[in-house]
Amino acid sequence: MKRNSLWSWIVLVLAVLYFALPLIGTFEFSLKMRRGVYSFDAYRVVLSDPRFQSTFLYSVTMALCTIALGIVIVVPTAYWVRLKLPRWRPIIEFITLLPLVIPPIVVVFGYIRLYNTSSWLPLTGSAWGTNVLLAFGYATLSLPYMYRAVDTGLRAIDVATLTEAAQSLGASWLTIMARVILPNVSVAVMSGAFLTFAIVIGEFVMAALLSRPAFGPYMQLLGANRAYEPAALAVIAFAITWLCMGLIQLVSRFSKVAPARI
Amino acid sequence: MAFLEIRNIQKSFGPAQVVRDFNLGVESGEFVSFLGPSGCGKTTVLRMVAGFEEPSLGNILIGGRDVTRLKPNQRNIGMVFQAYALFPNMTVAQNIAFGLKVARAPQAEIRGRVDAMLALIKLPELGDRYPYQLSGGQQQRVALARALAPRPKLLLLDEPLSALDAKVRVSLREEIRAIQKELGITTIFVTHDQEEALSISDRIVVMYGGKAEQVGTPFEIYNRPATRFVANFVGTLNVLEGTVMDPAAGFVEVHEEKVSLAGRLNGAKAGDRLSLALRPEAIALGRRPGYDSSLKGRIGEVHFLGSVIRVRVELGDSVVSLDTFNNPSSPPPAVGDPAEISFSSADVNILH
Repeated sequence: MKRNSLWSWIVLVLAVLYFALPLIGTFEFSLKMRRGVYSFDAYRVVLSDPRFQSTFLYSVTMALCTIALGIVIVVPTAYWVRLKLPRWRPIIEFITLLPLVIPPIVVVFGYIRLYNTSSWLPLTGSAWGTNVLLAFGYATLSLPYMYRAVDTGLRAIDVATLTEAAQSLGASWLTIMARVILPNVSVAVMSGAFLTFAIVIGEFVMAALLSRPAFGPYMQLLGANRAYEPAALAVIAFAITWLCMGLIQLVSRFSKVAPARI
Repeated sequence: MAFLEIRNIQKSFGPAQVVRDFNLGVESGEFVSFLGPSGCGKTTVLRMVAGFEEPSLGNILIGGRDVTRLKPNQRNIGMVFQAYALFPNMTVAQNIAFGLKVARAPQAEIRGRVDAMLALIKLPELGDRYPYQLSGGQQQRVALARALAPRPKLLLLDEPLSALDAKVRVSLREEIRAIQKELGITTIFVTHDQEEALSISDRIVVMYGGKAEQVGTPFEIYNRPATRFVANFVGTLNVLEGTVMDPAAGFVEVHEEKVSLAGRLNGAKAGDRLSLALRPEAIALGRRPGYDSSLKGRIGEVHFLGSVIRVRVELGDSVVSLDTFNNPSSPPPAVGDPAEISFSSADVNILH
């Protein structure tokens, strides 16, 4: 028993070192911009860079659009599959998993080929159109996470009976979706939303190939030209991801005390 | 014309026909129970009335209006589900107000109606609670209030007591009946529990194999079962096999004794085999004045149940159960003793 416990500790310490050491190293390096002393100069430079602000704002905006798009596409789909098409569930699950096995570069080349300026829908011909295309691309990338989160949320409630109860009280499909289903899977939707946010903030391939001023390409650009700032940026990006994870934990905890079961 | 008319409805799921040629008229204010075992089609009929299933054939009319093709949210029917189905994200008051809000009722009316419903279900102080903070019985009362709040024309109860413990079931079924009587709302109640159906219904529809086996008052269903299934399903029943001896005089031989069933043999011929059914409470141990038939046997088992003693009497290869009241001054019969049972031939049901 004691021997097992010792091995567990050894494995845990090794795992922590494996994950934490690069982060600690990066953080430590990011503080070395001023010769001889630790300082937050690199962070100051990064945060005051107008390109950081504009690219970050762009990516946050895109993330919010992607989340909205994801909710509009995924929640009704997952709900309808659970309610009326349970036999289709494995097929829909397979489709939602495809973005994990098809590299983003393939997806984006497909987009460019389909929606270039000489195609029937020339989305890449304008900034607005390319933004729309990028939002759809991000929504595709986040599909596995969003669908699974929402589907898990729907599994926790009796979708069919709640729907029938609402119908018998005179509710339309829109009312059922907006006032019964969505509020009851809000925690799951939030989890999916934070994961989507983290994915969009760090995404590089799609934004770079569609030439959009997103945070991912900015990080890459900075990394190719500067020494300390990329380390600071990596720590900031990591902090954003961890913040998202923390928020998922927080809303999940809220769900345990809030009304969510029948 | 009845308030609710169900005319010749049939329902098939693929090759399986779950409801066959079902007809029923329910009068305004009536409380009708659908009673039957699992898979008999009772819930399917209820769901067709609610609009959640569409009949393969036939029509459903409410208040003279054909609602067969109407969507569930256009029928103005209140429904209570076995699983309560309260909206978890809403408080009790918000749950009750839901139907009224959907109907865009004025705020003042909603508030007044919610208060009235909370008073009706005797939970006036629980309006701010969430469903997960209530017991099962309380949740089902809220579900009832929610269904009644928009003043539906018809109330459908789909096994609303099945998920509750025995004590709560009894009190809640009485409460449901009292509320139904107070509001005078036409109600259909689905259950597989015969005691529930017998205790609160104006009429019972006993269902089996997708068909209505018998429709009648609880008294008729229990005392005059029309079919062998109804007789077996509702209450405890003793079945004795008999042979017609003299059709003209109505004599049937049962375990070498003669039982008179004059005028009730419906064209049976001499030598025909008949199944005769008797409820335990229609049989007395020993001879009793007014009981015109008797059979001899032996005490097989004695179960002391407190106020009642259930005795099983062996009559050849059949066993008859009967109940006698406990008498503190005389001990129960002993197993193996010879026994004579008596009954009135008027209480005998001939099963078809």
